Amino acid sequence: MDAMAILSIFVLSVFVGFEVVSKVSSTLHTPLMSGANAIHGVILVGAIIVADHSETSLELGLSLAAIVLATINMVGGFVVTDRMLEMFKGQKK
Amino acid sequence: MSRTLYDLIGLAAGIAFILALKGLSHPKTARRGNLIGAFGAGLATLVVFFYASPSVSGKAESSLPLNNLGWILGAIAVGLIIGVPAARRVQMTQMPQLVALFNGVGGGAAALVAIVEYLNLGLEATTAQVVFTVFTVIVGCVSFSGSIITFLKLQELMTTRPVIFPAGRFIIAATLISVIGVGGWVVSALGTTPLLILAALSLLFGVLFVLPVGGADVPIVISLLNAFTGLTVAASGYVLDSVLLIIAGTLVGASGTILTRLMAEAMGRSLFGTLFGAFTAKQQDASGVAEERPVRSGSSDDVAILLNYARRVVIVPGFGLAVAQAQHTVRELADLMISKGIDVAYGIHPVAGRMPGHMNVLLAEANVPYDQLVEMDEINPTFAQTDVAIVIGANDVVNPAAKTTPGCPIYGMPILEVSNAANIIFLKRSMRPGFAGIENELLYDPKTMLLFGDAKSSLTKVVSALKAL
Repeated sequence: MDAMAILSIFVLSVFVGFEVVSKVSSTLHTPLMSGANAIHGVILVGAIIVADHSETSLELGLSLAAIVLATINMVGGFVVTDRMLEMFKGQKK
Repeated sequence: MSRTLYDLIGLAAGIAFILALKGLSHPKTARRGNLIGAFGAGLATLVVFFYASPSVSGKAESSLPLNNLGWILGAIAVGLIIGVPAARRVQMTQMPQLVALFNGVGGGAAALVAIVEYLNLGLEATTAQVVFTVFTVIVGCVSFSGSIITFLKLQELMTTRPVIFPAGRFIIAATLISVIGVGGWVVSALGTTPLLILAALSLLFGVLFVLPVGGADVPIVISLLNAFTGLTVAASGYVLDSVLLIIAGTLVGASGTILTRLMAEAMGRSLFGTLFGAFTAKQQDASGVAEERPVRSGSSDDVAILLNYARRVVIVPGFGLAVAQAQHTVRELADLMISKGIDVAYGIHPVAGRMPGHMNVLLAEANVPYDQLVEMDEINPTFAQTDVAIVIGANDVVNPAAKTTPGCPIYGMPILEVSNAANIIFLKRSMRPGFAGIENELLYDPKTMLLFGDAKSSLTKVVSALKAL
């Protein structure tokens, strides 16, 4: 892909990332960190792509390990964040 | 599926992640935000199976169904079998270390993806691809090994004090220089061996980087490593030509950096001081100095009498309360006092527990009414009118050393000023210092009474003594 397009996407994403979390009460720091943590579990997509492209058993083995780790990161992350937030329901004044 | 459709769905997932972070920033929308994020991640994972992404090297012919499809599905199943029960069964008290662990395996996954893609590309890799690969391997490995150390610290499988060894800063600097040097070697030589040496050195650097961080600062480091992992995902996105990974990784990297700064501010720490403070601070004398000094310890009856004649009581819950699973008993005590006409509030330190907001989660689990939970800035001016402050299993968040002793690991952290209350009751298991490993002068204060024992059984006794009065 065009390097300039990638740079634009990157820079704009940085600004969006800064903007969306600039005002957060400390109560939500832990769930927000946990949720962001789950989002980077989307590296699972990359792990599946490299597993598809693997030609040697070494490559396949390493990419399968990556899939296992990424799945734990993504699914576990969203589940534990949901459990944390479940505690807050109906607690607001 | 056409490339256009595939990219459009990827864009939709990217938007879902933005909405997820936005939702997670507000209490009312937080849970929905998390679900939107999970939806985006699930969608992104699903469509990969319906699009044969061309290999960047052009060597592997990709066609549907994906090569190694059975293996891929099997590996996902293994990940689900490990990840879901771990997330479901974990005690809320141990949740911070689980988040650290999840972050670490994410970083490890990113590093592995970069290594495989590098092996696959071989000599055809462009310089830009190799540079991004090197970046991903370094940062992913640092995030992996660093998160493992934070896990061990939070789980108290290793010491929570800063680990400082002779000439530590030179060893760390030397490791960092060799990491960068080997990174340059990989870019110029394009070999598998240098890449593996790079991975090993980066793992070592991650360990050395986190070891000197004191227990109280661990959450900040987890948040920073979380942002790091985000950036590695973005870099993998460049190598794999995936816009979605670039967007998602950059979002997490940017928001994680801001979040790290917010956390450091809430704890009154500078980020720089957190990371490098251990090099400049002198090692605290861990033992020996804690000579026998007189403390005033009382019985549950003494505590009950004190409470019975109080007009205003502030409960300061700490991690010890959560460990003893005493949330429900403390609520019983609070309800009893309220029925006696006593004004009761909970003073919640931003980092009570192990992470910002952790204590709110734990008390919400015990159905403590939200309006009784008062944040630090609001409760501090009221301690002067408070008759009794009950500190339950907390230590560092009320330790005056944070204001009076420059150079101690928690110096500068805002604290709950319980010393302004007329009476202070500490419920403690022992005289052991808190998570940060610092002696608390408040324990020797003449207006302090200590009630030793497990928080839950102590509170149960206080409740029955108070009922009898």
